[in-house]
Amino acid sequence: MLAVLTAPAIGRRADSTSLSPLTSLTELMDPSLRLPVEQSLAARYSEWVAEALDEIQGCFLITDPDIAGHPIVFASRGFLAMSGYSLEEVLGRNGRIFQGAATDRQSVMEIREAIREERTLQISLLNYRKDGTPHWILFHLFPVFGVEDGRVAHFVAVQVPIPRRSRCLRSLAENRHEGGTGRFLVACRNEFRSDYKLGCNPVVELFVDVDNRGLEAEESRHATEQEKEKACDAANSILSTLAHYSKLTGRVISDKRRSEAGISAINSSLVISLGRIKQSFVLTDIQLPQMPIVYASDEFLNLTGYSRHEVLGRECWFLNGPDTDADVLHQIRQSIQAEHSCTVRLLNYRKDRSSFWNLFHISPVRNASGKIAFYVSVQMDENAKSNEHGLSPHMRQLGVVGAVKVAVRSLSMCAGPSRR
Amino acid sequence: MMTMTRIPTVLSNYQEDDSAEPRACGRNCLGKCCLPVSKLPLYSFKGDANPRNSSAGTDEPPPDFFLNNLLLGQWEDRMSRGLFRYDVTACETNVIPGGCGFIAQLNEGRRLKKRPTEFRIDRVLQPFDPAKFNFTKVGQEEVLFCFGAGKDRKARFLESATVGEENSSNVVAINVSPIEYGHVLLIPRVSDCLPQQIDPNSFLLALRMAVEAGSPYFRLGYNSLGAFATINHLHFQAYFLSMPFPVERASTQRIPVAKGLCQSGVNISRLLNYPVRGLVYEGGNSLRDLSDVVSKSCMCLQDNNIPFNVLISDSGWRIFLFPQCYAEKQALGEVSQELLDTQVNPAVWEISGHMVLKRKKDFEEATEQYALRLLAEVSLSKARFEEVKAYIFDAIELAESVKEKMEPKKKKETLFQSSALATHHHLVEGCLVLQ
Repeated sequence: MLAVLTAPAIGRRADSTSLSPLTSLTELMDPSLRLPVEQSLAARYSEWVAEALDEIQGCFLITDPDIAGHPIVFASRGFLAMSGYSLEEVLGRNGRIFQGAATDRQSVMEIREAIREERTLQISLLNYRKDGTPHWILFHLFPVFGVEDGRVAHFVAVQVPIPRRSRCLRSLAENRHEGGTGRFLVACRNEFRSDYKLGCNPVVELFVDVDNRGLEAEESRHATEQEKEKACDAANSILSTLAHYSKLTGRVISDKRRSEAGISAINSSLVISLGRIKQSFVLTDIQLPQMPIVYASDEFLNLTGYSRHEVLGRECWFLNGPDTDADVLHQIRQSIQAEHSCTVRLLNYRKDRSSFWNLFHISPVRNASGKIAFYVSVQMDENAKSNEHGLSPHMRQLGVVGAVKVAVRSLSMCAGPSRR
Repeated sequence: MMTMTRIPTVLSNYQEDDSAEPRACGRNCLGKCCLPVSKLPLYSFKGDANPRNSSAGTDEPPPDFFLNNLLLGQWEDRMSRGLFRYDVTACETNVIPGGCGFIAQLNEGRRLKKRPTEFRIDRVLQPFDPAKFNFTKVGQEEVLFCFGAGKDRKARFLESATVGEENSSNVVAINVSPIEYGHVLLIPRVSDCLPQQIDPNSFLLALRMAVEAGSPYFRLGYNSLGAFATINHLHFQAYFLSMPFPVERASTQRIPVAKGLCQSGVNISRLLNYPVRGLVYEGGNSLRDLSDVVSKSCMCLQDNNIPFNVLISDSGWRIFLFPQCYAEKQALGEVSQELLDTQVNPAVWEISGHMVLKRKKDFEEATEQYALRLLAEVSLSKARFEEVKAYIFDAIELAESVKEKMEPKKKKETLFQSSALATHHHLVEGCLVLQ
């Protein structure tokens, strides 16, 4: 399933008959994500879209790359039935929970890269149900772009089960070939979930293998044209539903990125990477004259009491107030001028005008061209108590800077040397 | 023994220009004189057999702790203290156009010193020589933290822990001439002065580091002597780059084994359509199983004097092994001057597809063709590779099955561009039997 630029698949098993991949994970959705996840679709497509999506046949998931961890924000009934999970078990989680020990790692990488590059991908994949049984699916991923800002609003992942193919009588005599591409393919217009319901052609003898180990030993399983059509059909239905309902809120979407929307400084793969950094920080874009904030972490919003849309696009000095030391501000400005990093302690103000002592660190961040593209500033409330796991506050701030530098540098690489 | 012409090769970046004087102690180095009584940060990972199976407990450091906070944060700290020779983030980098996705970087700071190598390049196994440069001579400020198995079931971090006498420490140190942000060296048992050779425990440690980092973009690499290791003191390199390497995208073909012999659960494939021939190891019933199969393979190459490089990728789920022969070709004068002029010695990162170029002209003119040509010189020939593969299989007690030929893995059904959703034809209803 969907993989993010993060940790590997869970679930290495000592033998192929052991339990579900989820047995080692007992926590459900991170509570701080509950509200954004629940609001994700409604905010863009109105409250009515969930009902409309429920009427679309098929197994699919919708994820939101703007929320930390790139979580699932919608799961169709068909998907829940196919996978055996309940909605609560799936909402707010990342798609990698459906991967397991025999899921092909290269396929996981392909999905990760398609997300990063914000493009469509169709790939066959081995997934695991809640009960631990593996099954092959045709996985069809596509992004949905906001027309106004050109950014990815959501990713949709349609899944079509790929059943094991039946075999001809003749090929039974050969050694079992586990590549999954038998010589004869039989497709039936009836929907089927198990291998037993084939038989429109009486000449063909069924050869059904229920051994899980055999399933996992298959390196790949190819989808038929019909299955691919099915995936495209579902994708089109979902897309038109989303497009239709997005007009109700005015935040219209399309399956194509509008080129006039301009390349935003922050693409969605960078947003996904930054979302992994669980500390308060913002990124300001210095290539624009007023140095606006182009990214703010959830923790920053929690710390300051502002909402994301109150912060994005604003210049970065708004946390300062009447008692903020002007000399310290001057020191910060000088560091920015000199392209140096700087660590200070200053008095800042939240949205409700309460103040806090901010251990503040700011550092220039270069992109792949080698030139400074952003400044990252990290905030830490001096009085906040948290489990530092042995790391000093300053070291934790530097950790944020390091992670941001890597993300910005790597994710701004493009083909060909820059001519700037 | 091969007659060796003097070939300029990358020397240790840690070496001072002319000094051969061992530093007097009291310098806070990593030798037996200083280390046991020093205090350094320590990250101890859970002592469990299946780290990829488990998730962090609630009072343990969170999953991104190791990589982000500790390694990158400490690295950033050393940057601000001026310990690196240059700012690697100021080095321009991009993807070379073409289907393979080679990554090029212009790094003028990583200059070659034109001097003979400190050790023979035609022997993979050479004893440690304390007179030559080694990591015990490095100052402790270059160490980010010690890294090892903890005694209990929880991962822990201590900002300052006495290193102690009983077990020699594994340290993670900065590479002062980095090729990417976060470039570090993992030096197992530093004061034991192990030569640059793979052994089962050290390899397992390296694999463990990949797992602890938990990111597919944090990879570890190893160069044997003769495959462009620059220092004969056991070390692995690692850094963070958020893009797939070309070798990771290459198709592979599983090598089927005669049934019953692969109890370790490790799958071995060969690389297809990639300029350097290599083996890919995946799976394993436990981390140790995977590690042991790979380290046995490496030790077989060492014993047969075949230089090689190893890439640990995908958070320890995939390991690439590349036997190579570039140095031998160089010594025999078989590499074209044009390639030699770019001064790129193809070690593990270059083989994986990350090319660090030292001249602006090379960077601006870098083409996929150049990368492919360079790497073609590194690879063993088909025949030689099959021979070497046979040695390895023998050493790890596997027999390739000759009956089954497995299909190469096809990576995707089709690669769609975004307009593909628009039209499709209606499929004929009814049963189809396709032959």
